[in-house]
Amino acid sequence: MNAPVYNFAYLDEQTKRMIRRAILKAIAIPGYQVPFASREMPMPYGWGTGGVQVTASILGPDDVLKVIDQGSDDTTNAISIRKFFAKTAGVATTTETAQATVVQTRHRIPETPLKAGQVLVYQVPIPEPLRFLEPRETETRRMHALAEYGLMHVKLYEDIARFGHIATSYAYPVKVNGRYVMDPSPTPKFDNPKMDNSPALQLFGAGREKRIYAIPPYTTVVSLDFEDHPFVPYRHDAPCALCGAENSYLDEIVTDDKGGRMFVCSDTDYCESRQLAGHRGSQNAAPYKERVHG
Amino acid sequence: MATIAELPPGFAGKVLSAQSTFRSVMDAMARPGSINRIAPVAGTPGAMMRGTAAIALTLFDHDTPLWLDREMAGSSDVVTWLKFHTGAPIVAEPSICGFALIADGGALPALERFALGSNEYPDRSTTVIIQVGDFGAGDTFRLRGPGIDGMASLQARMQPADLFERLQNNETLFPRGIDVVLVADDAIVAIPRTARLVRKES
Amino acid sequence: MYVAVKGGERAIENAHRLLAHERRGERSVPELALEQIAQQLGLAVDRVMTEGSLYDRELAALAIKQARGDMIEAIFLMRAFRATLPRFGSSEPVDTGAMQIHRRISSTFKDIPGGQILGPTFDYTHRLLDAQLADGFVPEEPATAEAAAPATPRVTDFLGRDGLIERSPGAEPDAAVGDLTREPLSFPAERDLRLQNLARGDEGFLLALGYSSQRGYGRNHPFAGEIRFGEVEVEFFAEDAGFAVPLGSIALTECQMVNQFKGSATEAPCFTRGYGLAFGQSERKAMSMALVDRALRARELGEEITAAVQDEEFVMSHSDNVQATGFVEHLKLPHYVDFQSELGLLRKLRKEFADANDVEPLQEAAE
Repeated sequence: MNAPVYNFAYLDEQTKRMIRRAILKAIAIPGYQVPFASREMPMPYGWGTGGVQVTASILGPDDVLKVIDQGSDDTTNAISIRKFFAKTAGVATTTETAQATVVQTRHRIPETPLKAGQVLVYQVPIPEPLRFLEPRETETRRMHALAEYGLMHVKLYEDIARFGHIATSYAYPVKVNGRYVMDPSPTPKFDNPKMDNSPALQLFGAGREKRIYAIPPYTTVVSLDFEDHPFVPYRHDAPCALCGAENSYLDEIVTDDKGGRMFVCSDTDYCESRQLAGHRGSQNAAPYKERVHG
Repeated sequence: MATIAELPPGFAGKVLSAQSTFRSVMDAMARPGSINRIAPVAGTPGAMMRGTAAIALTLFDHDTPLWLDREMAGSSDVVTWLKFHTGAPIVAEPSICGFALIADGGALPALERFALGSNEYPDRSTTVIIQVGDFGAGDTFRLRGPGIDGMASLQARMQPADLFERLQNNETLFPRGIDVVLVADDAIVAIPRTARLVRKES
Repeated sequence: MYVAVKGGERAIENAHRLLAHERRGERSVPELALEQIAQQLGLAVDRVMTEGSLYDRELAALAIKQARGDMIEAIFLMRAFRATLPRFGSSEPVDTGAMQIHRRISSTFKDIPGGQILGPTFDYTHRLLDAQLADGFVPEEPATAEAAAPATPRVTDFLGRDGLIERSPGAEPDAAVGDLTREPLSFPAERDLRLQNLARGDEGFLLALGYSSQRGYGRNHPFAGEIRFGEVEVEFFAEDAGFAVPLGSIALTECQMVNQFKGSATEAPCFTRGYGLAFGQSERKAMSMALVDRALRARELGEEITAAVQDEEFVMSHSDNVQATGFVEHLKLPHYVDFQSELGLLRKLRKEFADANDVEPLQEAAE
């Protein structure tokens, strides 16, 4: 049995060319989902194969890669993907947002504002923002072709009629460059404003659904809303218990089974760098330290 | 006609050269009007410039029908080199090509003759690669659109001089349209279909 | 005081170490050899090759061993390996009419040229657990006879000669055949891509869909025209040699369903076809595939689409078990960011509901 030999960044060159061409068209048509022949990857569909294929196609030996899941560099899937690229492409990795040239993410946009030249690669489970309103690809494709987004507005309006609010708290739909309605992936709507007019290039990869889409830098990204029900980002009304941040997205940590809870930054790099700079929250009188499992 | 052995070479290190070239093209496409350099070196058959050759080696293959203008198609070195190094099928009909190579911008066909994609699949459109004289000299064009922080200013000596007027078609056709990459030696500038010419008076 | 949890990397390494340990099991029990899996769990190997889209018994046996017998995991391993293999080209179409037959039955005729050949089958076994098999059972040598080597024409071919069944569509050897692993799929999809999708599709999913068509959800009146299992030659047209060279033989199961007839003012009535093909001996898969293939031809045959089995977008989007398992199992990944944003919204809505209705909300403990 011959042991297989894998290419730089795992993907073969023909696959990279195909994905690279899709990325270029995605950038040229902001928010439009370009179909691509997604490959079977050595991790399961739904676990970041789209993001991994995009990252593998853009990554070079000089890149510095950061991988986050839920905002954290240390969640299991983030570790697994970071190790994959360290092994197959030998690239340098970092947890610091500012040091990274490429950031692959699942469910969050870093708190530290991204800069020109950085690329943010999103892992996307269901790229079609209209999918839960219309399951048929043939239909949703036609709606995008005609920019016929009435269905989405009806859904948002029905939310308001029923709940008094737009009842979407993550994967909140946006309109890109005034044309395509786009799914930002399951990021909390708190992150939506960060997509607008960002200096960084944003690429989205959906492996199982075989779509790539993009937001070029300095592109208008508007969260869908109504004049009388404007878009409002949401965060827990508390400072971070570790670093005291008042403006970051927070995780709720359940501390006992009697209703005890606390709130800490979901972006671990942001939180740690604030702690290193001397910021303290209510639960963190001591200098920053961490607990190691295993 | 050159034999295979006499052909100009492809990339020395295929994998990393293609990656580096792609990043230049991706950056160019993400920042319309900005000048990006292509570092990897490959042979340049006939009228083909360094940037064009690197893009061809990076993005063309069996799956990308290719259209050549008269000057490119007239050079057997160009045709043999492209076939040998990329395997891209060369087609006579521009409306079905994924890429078009233009050595003589003055003879650029009407842009409507290229693949414009459909409203359902606007990505199924031609990327037109046009070799031009020089950047940083000649006429100044002001652009706005996605990828541009406010306004981009591009100075280029190029044929056709009215390229940006012709590209206004992209505005009415959107999301259909063509995307353009200008090449001057090892420098490239991308003009995706979203880029808009800013009129001097505005 | 709270400190952030770190050390996921070690946890992953330890989990994989434990997995390897559990896979091996009690060390005093002899380890499974690949040859044992390939020989004695041959139908599992056939399924992994079929849905893994790669004909390699040794690798399939390895995948089954590595996956601890989890078939979908084994199929996934095969697919991920297959995706890295270079393509040299496509083989010539195989001729199942020239198959070296191990088994061949038709339910549409009592006897057929070349005969009914039962071969190795569970059919007509009484499903009684056989305690003899538990240990050291040596079966009888198989019965043999002089090979008569008669021709075994396909049942559908002699129906076709009389025009009683539609012509086999698409006899255009030069026409391009789609490959959904290399090109993005778009709908409507033609039959080449549908068949490729079904061949890779999950046996259980196709079985359930095929069964639903038999029970009336998109019924198409099937008869098992023929099921054959045996070896066929694979040939590759070598450009430099100028002729097709044999690469070897593979085992295939082919099922040709004969289905309800069609006809119109301009066309004499004739039976229609459903087609199934799988690696190795995979009869349930080939039969289910044939039922679903026929059902998916509703659009082409002008039938009303009323059932899931006739809906190509539904069937093709959900048939792949590697995709399906990935997405179902991804729910194990952390989702606390989106869950908690939902939680925040829900709390807000409940508070507003309580305020509006002037009731005390169920008190959450103080923060």
